[in-house]
Amino acid sequence: MTEPLLCVRDLRVGFVTETGRVQAADGVSFDVAPGEVLAIVGESGSGKSVTAQTIIGLTRSPNSRIAGSVRLRGAELIDAGDDELRKVRGEQIGMVFQDPMTSFNPVYRVGRQIVEAVRAHRRDIGNSEAREIAVEMLDSVGIPDPAQRIDDYPHEFSGGMRQRAMIAMALALEPELLIADEPTTALDVTVQAQILALLERLNRERGLATILITHDLGVVAEVADRVLVMYAGRVVEQGTLDEIFYDPQHPYTWGLLGSLTRIDRDRPERLPQISGAPPSLQSLPQGCPFRPRCPHEFDRCPELPGLDARLAEAPAHLDRCWLEPEEKRELRQVEGQIGLEAPK
Amino acid sequence: MARFVVRRLIGMVAVLFAVSVLTFLVFNVIPNSDPAQRMAGRAAKPELIATINEEWGFEDPLPQQYLTMMGKVFSGDLVSYKGRENVEERIVEGIPATVSLCLGAAVIWLFFGILFGYLSAVRAGGLLDRGLTVLAVTGISMPVFWLAAIFLNYLTYKTEIFPSGEYVEFTTDPLEWANHLILPWITLAILYVGFYSRVLRSSMLDVMNEDYVRTARAKGLSERRVMSRHVMRNSLIPIVTLFGLDFGALLGGAILIEAIFSLNGVGQYAYESLQSLDLPPIMAIVLYGAFFVVLLNTLVDIAYAYLDPRIRLGTSAQ
Repeated sequence: MTEPLLCVRDLRVGFVTETGRVQAADGVSFDVAPGEVLAIVGESGSGKSVTAQTIIGLTRSPNSRIAGSVRLRGAELIDAGDDELRKVRGEQIGMVFQDPMTSFNPVYRVGRQIVEAVRAHRRDIGNSEAREIAVEMLDSVGIPDPAQRIDDYPHEFSGGMRQRAMIAMALALEPELLIADEPTTALDVTVQAQILALLERLNRERGLATILITHDLGVVAEVADRVLVMYAGRVVEQGTLDEIFYDPQHPYTWGLLGSLTRIDRDRPERLPQISGAPPSLQSLPQGCPFRPRCPHEFDRCPELPGLDARLAEAPAHLDRCWLEPEEKRELRQVEGQIGLEAPK
Repeated sequence: MARFVVRRLIGMVAVLFAVSVLTFLVFNVIPNSDPAQRMAGRAAKPELIATINEEWGFEDPLPQQYLTMMGKVFSGDLVSYKGRENVEERIVEGIPATVSLCLGAAVIWLFFGILFGYLSAVRAGGLLDRGLTVLAVTGISMPVFWLAAIFLNYLTYKTEIFPSGEYVEFTTDPLEWANHLILPWITLAILYVGFYSRVLRSSMLDVMNEDYVRTARAKGLSERRVMSRHVMRNSLIPIVTLFGLDFGALLGGAILIEAIFSLNGVGQYAYESLQSLDLPPIMAIVLYGAFFVVLLNTLVDIAYAYLDPRIRLGTSAQ
């Protein structure tokens, strides 16, 4: 295996609030290889965005408590100084956010914001040269007539165009890694498909490694190489795309897969869902955090399972569930497909 | 832009008309405000009053009187009841003092208001922020007339550090001009420094939570640049609004300060005219003040379009 580009080990991010400490990410570990697309999935509050933002230090604040290790090509980022971190942001790791409507500063022209990103890192590049880079980038992400549109204000762009422009800005300095935090969530479905196709093309053409954060398994299925499933601040399952989709080991993953609507199956009367709500991060249940919502709970569950390989044939497929693999393969069959039974 | 200006001009005429009618009516329902009687003196003979009424047209129907007065306002020969001096000339005489007072105070309060607001927001929750908050609230809470009296007492009468106000023409002696205005400037500015720093602080804290500020950090800008380029500009909009209103209102006469420091500006003239219920100067000063309020608000709207390109003047209504 090639040396990983990004290596996250035992990352813990907590926030001190008035009502107590919230552990938003707890012991998260994963690697991203060069050119790989890693998807992080989970519902709201599972810690996926916090994890991603912590990689480039965006969660640093007087109220946050961050521990663990994030190494980019061997360089530690968690305790890096502000200046060191600033050089990583934008230059080595680009980031794209969920809502393209609010992610651009409304008072500056799109081009100027891209130029600003370029010149923040490359003092030797003049304004006009940076502008040429911006035009080129806008062109490469599919903005029509980029030399003209570069002088538009963000509100003159459509949502899809803004997200394209965000990606152009994040990639202007050709970083090796792109973190895309729910890049398609705020867009309508046809535009979503275009943005995903764009990400896929960039990954293919530039060998761009990508961390794609999403709650949409449909998105994952289209672009990811590997998948990380998070629940209540922890990684509960990790594996290749095929392993996660065809041999999922954690009941929470079954639930996510079971609640996908699929065009190739009969439409169910009611969309299946995972009953209950995610636990409060301030009062997690003892042991497995998914226990209160899991119909397959048994007497070992009050003890937290480690994130371990439980399948002899797939040493890189990790999960946090005490059930035996054979048992799991039986239990996850709900009406002929993978799913999570309704609670008894 | 042209449409915008025309719309604003029409609006301005409407505002000035409404203000003048109100002022005129209020004056006419105030008890004891019969100008003829006041001009004739305490124990005046009825014939004298009748002559005055005849001469000034005080017996005419109100709309007629109003029109006569407005005609005089616009032809520049409005004469005060008391002393029969030309009102416009007096106002023009007072303008340099009033404008000097307002401009100087505005420079001080904008500078310190923005500086303190910025420091407060950047260090929100810290010691500096708390200290500045206390200062700001203290500044807002101190009444101007009280503060002026304290300053005058300690810095002028007891220690003679500063002169006691009184306006010196800039053209006569710029140093004395500033020296005489320093106390009025500071007194006037303190209140606004408090207000502006509080407003800027809260508006900056709002903007700091915006997604585009996170984007700015994520692309590797320095914290200073994030603050000055991405937070400040968007936070200044409420400050611009406030400034337009405050500065416009003050140009119409900072009545208390001018009276206490005897600056002989428009405000002091307004104060004297109010005391003697002298309608012509009151009317003229009110119109002059309203004019500046409307004018400054128009400038504020133009500034908005500059600060926020989403606002397009003239076309925004379509």
